[in-house]
Amino acid sequence: MSAKTLTIDGQMVSAGADESILQAAREAGIRIPTLCHLDGLSEMGACRLCLVEVVGTSKLQPACHTSVAEGMEVRTDTERLRAHRRAIVELIFAERNHVCAVCVASGHCELQNLAAAVGMTHVRYEYLAPSCAVDISHARFGIDHNRCVLCTRCVRACDEVEGVHTWDIAGRGTESRLITDLHVPWGEAASCTSCGKCLLACPTGAIFHRGSTVAELEHEPTRIAAIVAARSERW
Amino acid sequence: MADKLRLATVWLGGCSGCHMSLLDMDEWLIDLAAVADLVYSPIADHKHYPKNVDLVLVEGAVATNEHLELARKVRQRSRLVVALGDCAVTGNVTAMRNPLGAAATVLQQVYITHGDPRGVLPDDPDIVPRLLDTVVPLHATITVDLFLPGCPPSAPAIRALIEALLKGETPPAASRFG
Repeated sequence: MSAKTLTIDGQMVSAGADESILQAAREAGIRIPTLCHLDGLSEMGACRLCLVEVVGTSKLQPACHTSVAEGMEVRTDTERLRAHRRAIVELIFAERNHVCAVCVASGHCELQNLAAAVGMTHVRYEYLAPSCAVDISHARFGIDHNRCVLCTRCVRACDEVEGVHTWDIAGRGTESRLITDLHVPWGEAASCTSCGKCLLACPTGAIFHRGSTVAELEHEPTRIAAIVAARSERW
Repeated sequence: MADKLRLATVWLGGCSGCHMSLLDMDEWLIDLAAVADLVYSPIADHKHYPKNVDLVLVEGAVATNEHLELARKVRQRSRLVVALGDCAVTGNVTAMRNPLGAAATVLQQVYITHGDPRGVLPDDPDIVPRLLDTVVPLHATITVDLFLPGCPPSAPAIRALIEALLKGETPPAASRFG
């Protein structure tokens, strides 16, 4: 595998030819905020939080989905990027009903942490306040669509790690909703093995243990990567 | 400081938890009283929002016509307006009725559909404020100068904000929502 040399935030970095800017940055200790990325899963490029500037192109590139190239010059923390990231997080908050104060994931939520990390003091956009269902038809888990950010980490964990693909997304734009099987209640989704990997992967309080109350839910997203690594090391 | 800070606190659509947090500043309230006059507050006996307020902490979302009128008066008569707590900053729990629909639908749901025993719709605008169709955060109605999130914001966070402003410094960065 050939190596590529590039510059990230003025720092010379060497990375494998098949690596993304995100991977190269992380190996160099440069932190780029992410939400839909989860170690162990394929990249989606859904959240746009990892957008970076690449010198020579005016278009911002998602670091998770852009391969490194020889001589590439990347900037991950400019005024323009910080403004975009803040706007993205605000738009996510405006799109659904994220009420941290009464959420199962409060204190352990990637979206809540992101808001603090990008310096979101308030949401400048009008809240859509959509009517969202809460499905607790499954015996062990529930899904609260008020808290879903459509990152598809559950969809990918279910498809790629469990190999089932119970989850998918139906609808378009702000009408998009997570569905189980062919849009049946989760408890009736025959393909679901009740493995709980979607719960591990979820960054917010959208997928939860039934019976969890405010601030009780701690997801374990790093376990997805541990499962994937354990399997790949099998011989 | 030659003149005392003219401090006000306002309670809009919230649970008063932010004011509880304010009181949780305990004995520092005595130090604060030495440098600030509380000129309007739900925890003091003032009938009208006065003029020339230096600093006002506003708890709660804007949920009724009364809140809206008071918010506008607060903006006109105050130098620095702080949105105190998640309801003022985001709408929070107070805004959880928004997905149900407009005010008439909300009242119907609460007092008639789920009323037990079945109630009547409150309808006396001179006594009970009218609900706005949509609960909005404070900054959706007036210009807000500073935001202090939290449900409620902790007493040390409120104290740090007031202390910084008293010294003429920039208050510390906003903490977490929730």
